[in-house]
Amino acid sequence: MTITEERTAGRTAPLLEVADLRVEFRTRDGVAKAVNGVGYTVDAGETLAVLGESGSGKSVTAQAVMGILDSPPGYVTGGRILFQGRDLLTMSAEQRRRVRGAKMAMIFQDALSSLNPVLSVGAQLGEMFQVHRGMSRKQARTKAVELMERVRIPAAKERVGDYPHQFSGGMRQRIMIAMALALEPELIIADEPTTALDVTVQAQVMDLLAELRREYDMGLILITHDLGVVADVADKIAVMYAGRIVETAPVHELYKRPAHPYTRGLLDSIPRVDLKGQELYAIRGLPPNLTAIPSGCAFHPRCPRARDVCRTDDPPLHPVTEDDGTRIPGRASACHFWRDELHAR
Amino acid sequence: MPAEAEPILEVRDLAKLYPLTRGVVLKKQIGAVRAVDTVSFDLARGETLGIVGESGCGKSTVAKLLVHLERPTAGTIRFKGEDITRLSGRALKAVRRNIQMVFQDPYTSLNPRMTVGDIIGEPFEIHPEVAPKGDRRRRVQELLDVVGLNPEYVNRYPHQFSGGQRQRIGIARGLALRPEIIVADEPVSALDVSVQAQVVNLLERLQAEFDLAYIFIAHDLSVVRHISDRVAVMYLGRFAEIGTGTQIYEHPTHPYTQALLSAVPVPDPAARDRRDRILLTGDVPSPADPPSGCRFRTRCWKAQAKCAQEVPLLAVPPWFHGTDTPAAHPSACHFAAERTTETATEDGPPRHADRDPEAELGLS
Repeated sequence: MTITEERTAGRTAPLLEVADLRVEFRTRDGVAKAVNGVGYTVDAGETLAVLGESGSGKSVTAQAVMGILDSPPGYVTGGRILFQGRDLLTMSAEQRRRVRGAKMAMIFQDALSSLNPVLSVGAQLGEMFQVHRGMSRKQARTKAVELMERVRIPAAKERVGDYPHQFSGGMRQRIMIAMALALEPELIIADEPTTALDVTVQAQVMDLLAELRREYDMGLILITHDLGVVADVADKIAVMYAGRIVETAPVHELYKRPAHPYTRGLLDSIPRVDLKGQELYAIRGLPPNLTAIPSGCAFHPRCPRARDVCRTDDPPLHPVTEDDGTRIPGRASACHFWRDELHAR
Repeated sequence: MPAEAEPILEVRDLAKLYPLTRGVVLKKQIGAVRAVDTVSFDLARGETLGIVGESGCGKSTVAKLLVHLERPTAGTIRFKGEDITRLSGRALKAVRRNIQMVFQDPYTSLNPRMTVGDIIGEPFEIHPEVAPKGDRRRRVQELLDVVGLNPEYVNRYPHQFSGGQRQRIGIARGLALRPEIIVADEPVSALDVSVQAQVVNLLERLQAEFDLAYIFIAHDLSVVRHISDRVAVMYLGRFAEIGTGTQIYEHPTHPYTQALLSAVPVPDPAARDRRDRILLTGDVPSPADPPSGCRFRTRCWKAQAKCAQEVPLLAVPPWFHGTDTPAAHPSACHFAAERTTETATEDGPPRHADRDPEAELGLS
């Protein structure tokens, strides 16, 4: 079965569909509900940005999708993760292992601690081909050089035997990308891939990632807290708060008119030139403790719009419509007062 | 205009070299890392000078030199006209009271075994003249209140606080001795976006209240612009360019500043296609072996033979003399000029209609 055949077969369903995913961490201090009914889809060639602060559940969701959740203490307690129509959660460990790496790959924030310091980068890249493709060591090394050239590491042939510490941060992140690309996966999950990098290097790495995504027609899930990075590369956005998706929207729509007070708060807290000298807008309070998520809407203690209903009723992720009732494609908001928020200025 | 007032801090040709040695018993110096090289600037009372640059550019070393955590290899630091560069003992202690530091990481810069009261009160142990013993608890509680924390928290430990609250504790400690200058090294970088704004607002409020001067070091260009009166851009141990926010952000003349600004992701998807990005190639060279002449020349698209031979000085380029364009500000480039194709940002994201300044500080 070739990759192209598989791709066309999966074309009808989304590449990845996460539905009502629930993850909890059973700790000594109680059960932390890290992911509480998250759902999203990613198509081939599409970039989904998952935006959230620390503790919002954005990385845990990704770990559950990849099947690399630390367990214990983490457990998937509900939901489905369909990859090309097959539920990853009901697969055997062996089946799942075959999907991971070959069909979906992950790029982590910290390349230095994700790479093995005592193996040359060539050996680490080549290992993928030896294990998954049964290549000889020599073939694998040739492949490793090819990959390094692909992600534009200068003098790849000379550097294939170098160790991770001999590369700069940006180059190491390129090696991580090369490793993720090695088996030509159909989905890449990048968890804060440029957060540890300087802006000029960050731009290089994001450009490379976007270009490779186009070239291979991959789906990309970009997990980040950076509204700037999201605006630069994403097609659509899912904003997470306290383990739930509070808003989804195509990227242009979200920045123009958010439909959730949390999203608006995030956008407003970015310093802007025309408002220099004024106080920054700040969302009051702190993100909630996941062992004691507030009742009703989890955002209500921090929300300027909160009313009684918000303290009691958990708002579902509701489709966002124009005034005349026409649905705005891809838009949804988990706020009782999304309509007010959408029209607020 | 704060920049025109008499400077509280004058820094001239500051340099810090870290020797590279080989051998364990017979140490031989084989070179030096030029972390900071001939940095000069003034800081006025109540002013904020932002320093931006990428990792390894020496901005944190500048911070350490200013608070005397490191000794400079060369250059002078004057505080209110007095040379404090090589002070020691009691004289140094007196000066240190006036220049305090707030650190980046609120998780590692607070001793986990000390209570918040002890952490904030510790400066009083070293400088008992500021607060007599019996008065300390009250002073600590006052400080907690000033930074927006509940004064009853004095007996709690750092792990009982969130990152943003811990940073407030770090700020309270920095304020304890009523300094005139606070050096803040990446004070909001470790915080979540929604909490960053709270801390930035707190810093601004404290500045107005106590007439503080800030050295604000960060890599987040938009935060730096928001808080700073003037901004310096640093590259490989040197200032590339210095000026007001408008001069640096709207009219940069140094190629590095231009590249840096163009690379910053803008939180506005409409700007995605309009942006005119300069993608720098390669990495920052090693500060142990910096390029001759202009340090940016190895990555610069304007570089010519002159750039390898002559070190460009940080000064207003002669061709801007006598003009009053915003481009006329100190820039360390032989070919300093504004970019010709400038892209403007549109109106940006919408703002909150019903903002509540009281609640923004609140940690109910």
